[in-house]
Amino acid sequence: MNQPLPTSCATPPAATAATIRQRGQHEVFCGLTSIIWLHRKVQDAFFLVVGSRTCAHLMQSAAGVMIFSEPRFATAIMEERDLAGMADMHDELDQVVARLLERRPDIRMLVLVGSCPSEVIKLDLNRAAGRLNAHYAPRHRVIAYSGSGIETTFTQGEDNFLAALVQDQATRPAKSGAARLVVAGCLADVVEDQFSRLFSAFGLSDVVFLPGRHATDGLTIDSNTRYVLAQPYLGATAAALESRGATRIDAIFPLGTEGTTAWLWAIASAFGIDRARFDGIVDQPRRRAEQAISHYRPWIDGKRVFLFPDSQMEPSLARYLHQELGAEIVEIGSPYLHREHVAGELALLPPGVAISEGQDVDIQIDRCRQANPDLIVCGLGLANPFEAEGRITKWSIEFAFTPIQGYEQAGDLAELFARPLMRNSILTGRNREAAQ
Amino acid sequence: MKLSMWTYEGPPHVGAMRIAASMKGVHYVLHAPQGDTYADLLFTMIERRASRPPVTYTTFQARDLSGSTADIFKAACRDAVARFEPEALLVGASCTAELLQDDPGGLARTLDVNVPVVPLELPSYQKKENWGASETFYRLVRAFAGSATRPAEIPANSCNILGPTSLGFRCRDDVTEIVRLLTEEGLDVRVVAPLGASPADLARLPDAAFNIVLYPELADVTARWLKKTYGMPYVSTVPIGIGATQDFLAEVRALAGLAPREAGQDQASGRDRLTWYARSVDSNYLTNKRVFIFGDATHAIAAARIASEELGFRVCGLGTYMREFAREIREAAQAYGIEALVSDDHLDVEAAIIAARPELVLGTQMERHIAKRLRVPCAVISAPVHVQDFPARYSPQMGFEGANVIFDSWVHPLMMGLEEHLLQMFRDDFEFNDGAAASHLYPHAAEIIEDAPALAAETLVWTSDAEKELKKVPFFVRGKARRNTELFAASKGIRPITVETLYDAKAHFAR
Ligand code: SF4
Ligand code: SF4
Repeated sequence: MNQPLPTSCATPPAATAATIRQRGQHEVFCGLTSIIWLHRKVQDAFFLVVGSRTCAHLMQSAAGVMIFSEPRFATAIMEERDLAGMADMHDELDQVVARLLERRPDIRMLVLVGSCPSEVIKLDLNRAAGRLNAHYAPRHRVIAYSGSGIETTFTQGEDNFLAALVQDQATRPAKSGAARLVVAGCLADVVEDQFSRLFSAFGLSDVVFLPGRHATDGLTIDSNTRYVLAQPYLGATAAALESRGATRIDAIFPLGTEGTTAWLWAIASAFGIDRARFDGIVDQPRRRAEQAISHYRPWIDGKRVFLFPDSQMEPSLARYLHQELGAEIVEIGSPYLHREHVAGELALLPPGVAISEGQDVDIQIDRCRQANPDLIVCGLGLANPFEAEGRITKWSIEFAFTPIQGYEQAGDLAELFARPLMRNSILTGRNREAAQ
Repeated sequence: MKLSMWTYEGPPHVGAMRIAASMKGVHYVLHAPQGDTYADLLFTMIERRASRPPVTYTTFQARDLSGSTADIFKAACRDAVARFEPEALLVGASCTAELLQDDPGGLARTLDVNVPVVPLELPSYQKKENWGASETFYRLVRAFAGSATRPAEIPANSCNILGPTSLGFRCRDDVTEIVRLLTEEGLDVRVVAPLGASPADLARLPDAAFNIVLYPELADVTARWLKKTYGMPYVSTVPIGIGATQDFLAEVRALAGLAPREAGQDQASGRDRLTWYARSVDSNYLTNKRVFIFGDATHAIAAARIASEELGFRVCGLGTYMREFAREIREAAQAYGIEALVSDDHLDVEAAIIAARPELVLGTQMERHIAKRLRVPCAVISAPVHVQDFPARYSPQMGFEGANVIFDSWVHPLMMGLEEHLLQMFRDDFEFNDGAAASHLYPHAAEIIEDAPALAAETLVWTSDAEKELKKVPFFVRGKARRNTELFAASKGIRPITVETLYDAKAHFAR
């Protein structure tokens, strides 16, 4: 272990240093974790993980307190007799599904989610979904995707879910007209509403958000459909959309004032809106965003930031930190780099920024300590131990759970980074000193 | 396959992690897929541990499956030993790795690492967290105390404490409390394990005269092995509650060859506030309040004794999610004239709580949420728990101070006496009525969940006057009143239920 893998495939953009690729312990969540936000977003879906007690325990530990309010997810836990071949897994699964749908008849879409154990024993959930669909549709639709740790990291679970949704729509009777624009990537409801208002102001209709609030909402895609990514972790979804004829609008991601403007402009110009009209529409929210960010900029300006891999949002976050808050980026870790989708973000970073893909956590921690950054963006397994060393951290999972995209959230995003620094200042009494 | 919305216990390898994380000088190499590192945050967040748990995960991915995951495992072991220089290496598999059959134990033996390796066999599809912890502790003790020789001279007052672990419910403060009590009784506490112990400490276990098992689900197996191997007796009365603490101290003194304390001379005086608090007239209204108890077997059984003997509640439900302790919990339940609930299915537990209609629920984090939904007061007495039950303040459950903590935390969620009286007298107050929670607690916005009739609707009819009269019964006993009246009416063949029937039933059952 620990030897760098050959830097084969993509050539890194000229702006950045060679990518560090290491194979060792990955301190990351598996794709199941994305169910925690997806089940709140998609209100008629129920996510049934087919896995082990570990998977159930992960969901429960990661969902923390929330799990107890009758969540729309559960685990079908495989048992000894399933593995010993005493029970036919498909029969067992059918029974679990029957019990579940009896308890929750309101579910419109049942999503079977594959895990490491179900994949290692090659339990074919797509087949199971097909079978169950034949039985339960149209009352309940059943689809399947994988959120296993061996195949997916954290937000990649959402990617696989969205790709499965796109494929599922292909099998259903099409709505009359195809969507003109598909915005792919789970967004907080409030953000979705803000973007919707801007799109209407651009005169854009037939915009579909993927995922929508209802999994069963129609989605028709053809070669007239353009799509734009709202999240950087959607390789499989992009491929699924393209296989249905949609074309991608290339843009950086809508984080911060610059990110949001660039993203919206990419969309607006793709639909032939002229710049003057665009500026007229975004001018006010844009100024609000700048103003909100400016409150926090002094906290981040000139600070050295190290980002551990977590969600694939790291290149975009780093771009925002650097471009809009004046931070110096020490290292950008990402569990996976979809080079084409983040090329724009990387191009906006200064030359020489270290980028790492994959992880050997112990070695990365060594590098981080060595660099001694002012702020470390990392997961919950590392945050408190770093804090106990006297370092300042921002726990990264929050970026997946907080509305951060768009103009109105640009300041909130800055605040997420500034907060630990502000807190440190309060607790170490620097405020008091300053007051005297 | 079993449909599960929540699990009371994690997989067995999490139990093993708890042992590794409890100890010093032990490192655990866990063969597991990428993603299973989530378990780290149980320690770093929920327990707020300041360092990473001593666990190295192989975090294999799908693309590794075509190559040799065994090599990845071996490399991880070598790297872990080189980097962390542990005194002992635990090796094992998570549920996914178990399917790969790489045999971590066998592989680790072929490694030329210079530390003792303890392989773990934890059947993930059969067993759970507590079993995993118990098994891991047992394997470690066997490995390090297995070849020890018991000294010829052993002071009779020397003992070890077995069972406290990281992520255990209030273990940190229980240990402090019990070590202090024992020391003041003149005992010499040698090794506390696994919490805070090193492999070298485990090797010293046979040097003490006897063992004290504070958490049987974690250390019973080990204590029995030490008894069989070294003839070490052990005490397994768990000192939660005043009565239990006194029994515990008496047993310990007897084992240590110390004379029994005379009544009134023990440490209880001056420390135990629970007895006086429960005696004081303000606690009168606690009498026979119906309490439903669920948790790990140890805490549930201890809670039932406190509730019924020390606080004067009535135990209306008792259960555990630990099948391993089904016998013990059944015995205990029998003493209260009820049937024990042994289940790890929270839907069963919820159904049992609804059926028992308690006025107070003592349970785990899960029961807290069930109780919230049913609007029944609740206190947490057992793992699984969340971050708020790893408090900053001193909060043991064991010993005399533990009993004081228990008095406060169990009585707190209940409505206070005067409030309860006023509610019964003036039912139509616009601010302070059924819908309002106890005023020292948060206001609830939740709707009262109306109690479903206990018997099939067609066999029973309430007159509207009787329904109205029923509404005058305070909400925390209304469910019980409805049920009793219906049972009474059914047994006497009365139909419809009138106001008279309601009061007849009240007189018949008397509270
Ligand atoms: S899917 Fe894999 S990594 Fe995720 S919890 Fe289940 S076993 Fe662990
Ligand atoms: S972040 Fe902390 S408080 Fe929130 S669910 Fe996780 S452990 Fe609990």
